Amino acid sequence: MTVEATAAPILRIDHVMKRFGGLVAVDDVTFDVKRGEIFALIGPNGAGKTTLFNGITGIFPPTGGRIIFDGREITGAKPHQVASFGIARTFQNIRLFEYMSSLDNVRLGQHCRMHAKLWDSLFKTPAEHREEQRVTERAIELLQFVGIERHTHTYARNLPYGSQRRLEIARALATNPSLLLLDEPAAGFTPQEKVELMGLVHKIVDQGITVFLIEHDMKVVMGVSRRIVVLDHGEKIAEGTPDEVRRDKRVIEAYLGTQH
Amino acid sequence: MSRLMASIRSTWEHDPRKDPNELVYVLLGIGALVFPLAVQVATRGSGSFLISQAADAGVYVLLAIGLNVVVGFAGLLDLGYAAFFAIGAYTYAFVASDHTEFTPIHQAIHIPFWIALLVGMFAAAGAGAVLGAPTLRLRGDYLAIVTLGFGEIVPRLFRNLGDWTSGVNGISALDTPTLPVWLNGPWSGDSLQLVQNFKIIDPLAYYVIMVILVAICIVLVSNLRRSRLGRAWMAVREDEVAAAAMGVNTVGVKLLAFSIGAAFSGFAGTFYGAKLSLVSPENFGFTVSITILIMVVLGGMGNIPGVIVGSLLIYYVIFNVLPGLPNMAADFANSIGAPGLNTPSGEYPGLSGEVQRLKFLIFGLILVLTMLLRPQGLIPSRQRAEELQKGVHEDTVIEDLNAETT
Repeated sequence: MTVEATAAPILRIDHVMKRFGGLVAVDDVTFDVKRGEIFALIGPNGAGKTTLFNGITGIFPPTGGRIIFDGREITGAKPHQVASFGIARTFQNIRLFEYMSSLDNVRLGQHCRMHAKLWDSLFKTPAEHREEQRVTERAIELLQFVGIERHTHTYARNLPYGSQRRLEIARALATNPSLLLLDEPAAGFTPQEKVELMGLVHKIVDQGITVFLIEHDMKVVMGVSRRIVVLDHGEKIAEGTPDEVRRDKRVIEAYLGTQH
Repeated sequence: MSRLMASIRSTWEHDPRKDPNELVYVLLGIGALVFPLAVQVATRGSGSFLISQAADAGVYVLLAIGLNVVVGFAGLLDLGYAAFFAIGAYTYAFVASDHTEFTPIHQAIHIPFWIALLVGMFAAAGAGAVLGAPTLRLRGDYLAIVTLGFGEIVPRLFRNLGDWTSGVNGISALDTPTLPVWLNGPWSGDSLQLVQNFKIIDPLAYYVIMVILVAICIVLVSNLRRSRLGRAWMAVREDEVAAAAMGVNTVGVKLLAFSIGAAFSGFAGTFYGAKLSLVSPENFGFTVSITILIMVVLGGMGNIPGVIVGSLLIYYVIFNVLPGLPNMAADFANSIGAPGLNTPSGEYPGLSGEVQRLKFLIFGLILVLTMLLRPQGLIPSRQRAEELQKGVHEDTVIEDLNAETT
């Protein structure tokens, strides 16, 4: 365990609860994500993983409990506030701006880090011009970082599937996050692409960004993450290193069903 | 000058079928310069009416450019846009006429036209913000209905608050705008000289001012489109949830789009009131809102040159072609040797009367045909063309977020 990872948690999920009417999607879940680690959330279908992500990012605020990011309570904050605090995310079903170029998608990601006001935009002030230039350069850097710079001017919807997932990561990184939430980043990937993705995740963590991912592919999860939390029916059923989780009786039951 | 040459050259060099925008701007610019001269030559110096009409068309161009920010850029359907137009016009009536003397204020206000333009603009933008703040949380159709209601309420208020607005009679004798300096010359029938505190009555002066205002607005809106805010509008239009997750304050940027659109409308309204020197609640009804929306959609939503061409064409059809149709039809019947068609008999009012009855049917047919032949608009934006080419893009609805498919 690195020194960084022993420091205060970057994200604390504290007895979080989410109900949709009578359905309890997330039931009293508590865990910490430590600074600088790669943390994974796994669980069978409908376990409440994406709901938890939506709760953290303010899209559907939790109905109970607290979410603490970097020592500050962010429960119930609006999505754009959460982004500006430093939490970025990707979506399980890719949600790019399809009719904007890759470049514009990534430039949009920098929106909350830009300062141009209405006045600057209307009159193209020198400050605005410089900022646009800086933002464009940074966007191209990020496209190179995820390896899709050849698609810079292509509409997002015309990108190959794998590149779309990468573009979503680049767009999320553009918000300059300290915590990156990846919702099934390897879904639909070939084994080769999965290996490349794991490389990319390591590169991101090397930049000092904490990665918190939902993933189904056990190879990816076990290969990349230091710690894992397992959800089933909205409840946390296990937490630990990949090896511990793999041997946990309740986890095996949740995934394979109870044998009688 | 060399920049202008370079831009003309680059216009020639790239294929205008792919991106006609620059070509359209050049043509519009030339057209705007040549038009008054051509009209004077063609009508042997009695073209004032046409030039005055062109200045009125400019009001609609301004309106369409503004509505394009709301509908084309931010994707918000505003069916009550004429309300802001009315607010701009009435603002001018209040601050630049003797009218307020007869209201409970008992004191006439006369603010110079150029300042009144700004006042009208900010009054409309303020109204836009007041309407937008509680309603922009609504999505799509709901917002359309709220704006529709607003568009009905505002003219009705102006009609019924008789003490303040003199009701159906409207407010007349608004101040004539003045310019600090103006150049008189042969075009206005005077000798060449600079005059001070020039009262703008001459249609040509209105036309020139209009062209300048439109040009300024085009530059400002193009700047907006290629800015942080423009990108945020596009993102909100495509996927609000993703935009919010990327740090865009969606309600905030929608409110800005709404207010900026309203500001344009107020600006145009002030100009309109000043030129007509009269405002009346009848001039700002639902048909005005719809006409502007048609201009935007038919011209090419989201694309400024497209919207300008759309507004000029629709204006021409509504105010020149349609009123002339009955006579054209009668002449046509005579020229093909069937004057009998023009004779009224019983229910039949004669060909020109019949065309008169049917002219809005004809207008409707023109619209339907244009939209069938060119659903993306006359000069669409690249995005819009692509969207229609690939089929309407599958709306990622908010329910998706609940579904954990894996």
